Amino acid sequence: MNIKQCLAVGGLFLLATSCVSVKEYQKSKINDAEMELSSRKSEKFEQSFYLYREGPAGANGGKSGGGCGCN
Amino acid sequence: MKKIIIAIGLYFSLYLGAQAQTLEKFRDKANKNYFIKNLKLEEINFVTSYYQQDGNNSAVTGGIGTEALFNVGNSLDVTLSLKDKRERVHTLNGVVNIDAYTSASSDNIDPATNSGASRSDVHVYPSLTYAVQSPKTGITKSFGISGSYEYDYYSIGVNAGISKLSKDKNTEISFKAGAFFDQWKVILPYELRPPGQGDDDDNYGSAPRNSYNAGLTLSRVVNKNLQVLLMIDPSFQDGLLSTPYHRVYFTDGTHSTEKLPSQRFKLPIGMRASYFVGDNIILRGFYRYYMDNWGMTGHTASLEVPIKITPFASISPFYRFNRQTAVDHFNAFGEANASSQYHTSDYDISGFDSHYLGLGFRKSTPGGVLGIKHFNAFEFRAAYYQRSTGMQAGIASLLLKIK
Repeated sequence: MNIKQCLAVGGLFLLATSCVSVKEYQKSKINDAEMELSSRKSEKFEQSFYLYREGPAGANGGKSGGGCGCN
Repeated sequence: MKKIIIAIGLYFSLYLGAQAQTLEKFRDKANKNYFIKNLKLEEINFVTSYYQQDGNNSAVTGGIGTEALFNVGNSLDVTLSLKDKRERVHTLNGVVNIDAYTSASSDNIDPATNSGASRSDVHVYPSLTYAVQSPKTGITKSFGISGSYEYDYYSIGVNAGISKLSKDKNTEISFKAGAFFDQWKVILPYELRPPGQGDDDDNYGSAPRNSYNAGLTLSRVVNKNLQVLLMIDPSFQDGLLSTPYHRVYFTDGTHSTEKLPSQRFKLPIGMRASYFVGDNIILRGFYRYYMDNWGMTGHTASLEVPIKITPFASISPFYRFNRQTAVDHFNAFGEANASSQYHTSDYDISGFDSHYLGLGFRKSTPGGVLGIKHFNAFEFRAAYYQRSTGMQAGIASLLLKIK
């Protein structure tokens, strides 16, 4: 991904986020437990095994250092 | 007269001191009562997981041989909270994780004795995080410490973070930074050890590995049904980044241990989005682009679709795809050049595609699951993983939440 692509992704994100303000009483769906943006606690060990079995790491809410996982 | 003034002064200062002590005792008592009265057990999460994998590209035997591994992981996560007189919310989160695993490939570090470093081992990694949130300013500050211990490896970590929530609570920006200070026992394959080393467990040398990471996250509620998040998590590692008991076999028939550069810079950029479709279906999407200075790039994408079968229960099919290129120094068994400065046959950092497919079930009831008052939620997930290198794995996890 070059700088232009990064800027395009950032631009799309800004475009998507420049929307109207949602009031608290309108957030019944946003506040649903299934809508959480962080990874689920039940995914904890899945995150660990991705970290150990694959090269790319980080930017997913899991840990990105410490511990070996070298087996 | 002078003596009288001194006496009055002494008496007055003693009186003030006594008053101050009484007031202090009263304050201590009041604070203690306030503390006890307002301390709240927020939630307890218990996660247990079983993981099993197999393949034929073990790095211990130079990129060939069994990768069979079993891991049972357990995690206990307790969160306490306290609201102070200034309405700030203090949160303390303690987590203890324990993994017990057996690894067939580690037997081959020293097959003569089967006393490999991590043939079977227990990995313990606790963490403690304190956070304080001010509803007036929308600012949350946090500080945490963590540790990790296994037979040949230990790590200590510290981290701190700050986040700011907008007044309308629709936008949050957060920054975190952390450092892990790790120490390895340098255990070589038995045939490559200097004479006398490895006869007992204590005479291995050790080497450091340090990791430093930062993270910038921006999240936004776009509308009543959609919220998105952007993350950038650069990290830098230095020290012993190769695994000392991984073998590499060269084109000339000789072999040695894995050697990788002592520094690595990683740059992952990720996006998440959650979208509520209609009344019963949610789309949870994730995409990450990854690059590092060892020549690896990667694309990871996942989609989970929770379907509400009742207002408090859902099933969630999910799929994740990962494509990564190999690091510059990767070679398969017998293909590395003996004169090269760096070399590895670790298939975890080779080029491959992986597919991960699974199903989750979640039940959460305000009155308690199965009618048990504080049993707030139950989750079960099971999934199958396959890599284009031939490695396969399965994982099943169970979460119980007490609230």
